[in-house]
Amino acid sequence: MKYIDHHAHMVSRTTDDYQQMSLTGCVAVTEPAFWAGWDRSRAEGFEDYFRQLTDFEPRRAAQFHIQHYTWMAMNPKEADDRVLSREVLKRIPNFLDKPTVLGIGEIGLNRVTRNEVETYTEQVELALAHKQMILIHTPHLEDKLKGTRISIEVLRSFPTLEPGRVLVDHAEEHTLEMILDQGYWAGLTLYPQTKVSAQRAADIVERFGPERICIAGACDWGPSDPIAVPRFIMEMRRRRHPEELIHRLVYENPVQFLGQSARFKIGRQLEASLAQ
Amino acid sequence: MSAASPLSPKELVDEYFIENRTKILEIAAFLDRLDRADVSYASRDFRMKAFNEALAALRLKGNRLDSIQMLLSDPTTTPLEALDRKSALGAFDRWQEESRS
Repeated sequence: MKYIDHHAHMVSRTTDDYQQMSLTGCVAVTEPAFWAGWDRSRAEGFEDYFRQLTDFEPRRAAQFHIQHYTWMAMNPKEADDRVLSREVLKRIPNFLDKPTVLGIGEIGLNRVTRNEVETYTEQVELALAHKQMILIHTPHLEDKLKGTRISIEVLRSFPTLEPGRVLVDHAEEHTLEMILDQGYWAGLTLYPQTKVSAQRAADIVERFGPERICIAGACDWGPSDPIAVPRFIMEMRRRRHPEELIHRLVYENPVQFLGQSARFKIGRQLEASLAQ
Repeated sequence: MSAASPLSPKELVDEYFIENRTKILEIAAFLDRLDRADVSYASRDFRMKAFNEALAALRLKGNRLDSIQMLLSDPTTTPLEALDRKSALGAFDRWQEESRS
């Protein structure tokens, strides 16, 4: 089954992983800017990272017939450093015109500090000023509930923000309703320990339905699985859910959300644009 | 679109019993291992206090998972004044909050 992984940190993965993803039906990934697992010392380091995301990585993915899109941001793990964040934010607009950039992300909170909230708020402003879609990271484990609540509170303070152009990622059972109730898209990320398993993701779909829900693997430099989405597909089939429902979750829903950017082209749309 | 599980109760047990049997044995083994190291330790570590409350919540009917998610979550609504550490620990130290108030 064809699928789109809307959240994959491919800079941390090997070309073998691209191959596995391609062999299991992946046709497109979107890669939010994130933490490298260690703190960078200066803004220039981010600039090189953004070049990697917008230039090198799409070419690497294309070798395996996977379309690669990306999101620009100061990530939540380094966002507490206000001086560095301001410097990085100054550089982000230089990348927003690149052909594979879909918006601002992943922005959000980590330990939910005042500094993180300020950096996050500034990035929502940046997205609005440049008419960008937004992809939001919500914190892990015990911080998720509080972080999601405050992230949504900040979004609601911007009356011109269209909720349908925002995806709040890493949702779990206790945060999903507050995300969907406000009209945002929700992402379920399949992670071995700190997020949801394929089984729990299938349970969530059974409880809440498929409306405005996307599924991703969020593979990165830590313990994670580049073919987590096909494992979710297997779990849904194990429960005998119809193929149409599975296809909607792993392909149609991401196309609907991501397709709000004119840059996101998939399937026939891509063929048509290449023929011009 | 309705998305209820198409499996019958018996089919759910047939399909999922063995893997969940494994998980419950892993939890029992972890608790025994901890007891062998120090039988009183679990009562002093906030993560294990929360873990034991979560085990008790398994006996509830219905929303076990939602109850456990809330037991493990930080219920406060005010941002931290300063960054204390980079990563979450898996449970909120409610007992420290209670002793402060």
